[in-house]
Amino acid sequence: MGMTITEKILAAHAGLDHVEPGQLINARVDLALGNDITAPLAIQEFKKLGMKKVFDPERVVLVPDHFTPAKDIKSADQAKVLREFAREQGLTNYFEIGRMGIEHCLLPEAGLVGPGDLVIGADSHTCTYGALGAFATGVGSTDLAAAMATGECWFKVPETILFRYHGKLQPWVGGKDLILYTIGRVGVDGARYMAMEFTGETIEALSMDGRFTMANMAIEAGGKNGIFPVDEKTLAYIQGRLKRDYHLYQSDPDARYNQEIDIDASKIELQVALPHLPENARSVREIGDIKIDQVVLGSCTNGRLEDLQVAAAILKGHKVHPEVRLIVIPGTQKIYAAALEAGLINVFIEAGAAVSTPTCGPCLGGHMGILARGERALATTNRNFVGRMGHPESEVYLAGPAVAAASAVKGRIAAPEEVV
Amino acid sequence: MLIAGKCHTFGNDIDTDAIIPARYLNTTDPGELARHCMEDADPTFARRVQAGEIIVAGKNFGCGSSREHAPVAIKAAGVAAVIAASFARIFYRNAINIGLPIFESPEAAAGIRAGDEVKIDAGKGEIVNLTRGETYPVAPFPPFMQELIAAGGLMPYVARKVKTGV
Ligand code: SF4
Repeated sequence: MGMTITEKILAAHAGLDHVEPGQLINARVDLALGNDITAPLAIQEFKKLGMKKVFDPERVVLVPDHFTPAKDIKSADQAKVLREFAREQGLTNYFEIGRMGIEHCLLPEAGLVGPGDLVIGADSHTCTYGALGAFATGVGSTDLAAAMATGECWFKVPETILFRYHGKLQPWVGGKDLILYTIGRVGVDGARYMAMEFTGETIEALSMDGRFTMANMAIEAGGKNGIFPVDEKTLAYIQGRLKRDYHLYQSDPDARYNQEIDIDASKIELQVALPHLPENARSVREIGDIKIDQVVLGSCTNGRLEDLQVAAAILKGHKVHPEVRLIVIPGTQKIYAAALEAGLINVFIEAGAAVSTPTCGPCLGGHMGILARGERALATTNRNFVGRMGHPESEVYLAGPAVAAASAVKGRIAAPEEVV
Repeated sequence: MLIAGKCHTFGNDIDTDAIIPARYLNTTDPGELARHCMEDADPTFARRVQAGEIIVAGKNFGCGSSREHAPVAIKAAGVAAVIAASFARIFYRNAINIGLPIFESPEAAAGIRAGDEVKIDAGKGEIVNLTRGETYPVAPFPPFMQELIAAGGLMPYVARKVKTGV
């Protein structure tokens, strides 16, 4: 019986020739990640164990990105726990303010993840790295503590759902629309405890930034991981970044899937997910006149260079609607610098947007753009749960960068064709 | 494992932002987290819940972020167990890892009403609704997870492994 790419990576890291869905395994991890919310708990647990040293100071990655630059004293204390632990352990991959980025934009960019890797992160969007053909999944702080100590983690081998996308995408439609449409189709628990494997000619044509966006939101369908086949684009991306060896795996032709879903991507229109679940995806044309107070362009979902390019192409020569606040957050310092170089930051500022240093900030209702009672935002982020971006009586609509830029200009949720 | 108590009910897809909103995540103090437990799902819950009571919810409980603060807040609020039709996977492993008893039973989730008194008998694999006189099946944990639970969570389990080298 053949295996899927997910099963092969798990088997290899557990030192087994073969694994089956449902099997519980103990596997070696190539990388373990924590941030300023989850790592302090993990460090506490690690210390309670009486452990002196992490299993490998090059493979434990700490990124203070959620409440940083520190939004208050408590957040500063949390970030300090990371900083001191990183120094004391001699971690080579601790990323300080000014050299950091949102973790899931940063790790691939810094060449820390490669094809065939097994990565755990105490952050649910760790699944982003599946775009590189790695098995990457979110865990909790206790799992991170155990992995920092032993270099291992327990897993239940998931079943896999195979998604095949066919056809050419319509103008402005990108990875965010594909994944919102997919979540709308299967629901927020449609892939619960399963691997989501994304294939097909639409995916082959999709940029790496588009693939990161899709893999990022696998968790929003309940997925354990999202994973893509490795191709020329993947190899070009890791070229010059990845400093380690990597392993190429691909699903066998006779691999077993829980389901195979074919999607005609040529029919997918620009998507918007209505409050308060990512599965409430609709075509932007269907949702009617929805006035907004704020637009957030950024996050580990859509804070990459291509996202900023798409938004700038629409915003150029236009002004942000007088009743809207547009907040632009490049995902990493490198993305910020590239956007500056390309003149995108100027476009944003001239349009009347606020441009921020890389941070999660408003995405989780942390800081840098919290919503008041009754306010409504259109965001390129990944979650629109109750209270996600601020007051429990505020609302978040999710979309890609094209709809975000058009909506910022129009003051209501709008399609790019209405602006350019 | 025998757990008995009064139930508080919630709907489907209760996410971790509802269980413990991110605005409180600038601390890891369990007592402080407990004060905001379930706040965006039911702002009165943290005040009403008594030690030993049980949360009952629909499908996909704990979906969303990986924050362990969610099961920590529930445990610190004194909740003895969570019963749901299904759990999101990171919440599931976090609960097991920190030793918060959780039980998956679509039948119990559908049958139990707010205020019902129930008794969970993990060994027998059943949940008895004392108020309604109904019994629901509950899936047993796989052996490895029983080992984790018996050890008191992941860290004591790892500690033993690190010490004994097995
Ligand atoms: S940008 Fe948002 S979703 Fe991504 S890691 Fe930060 S808080 Fe989480």
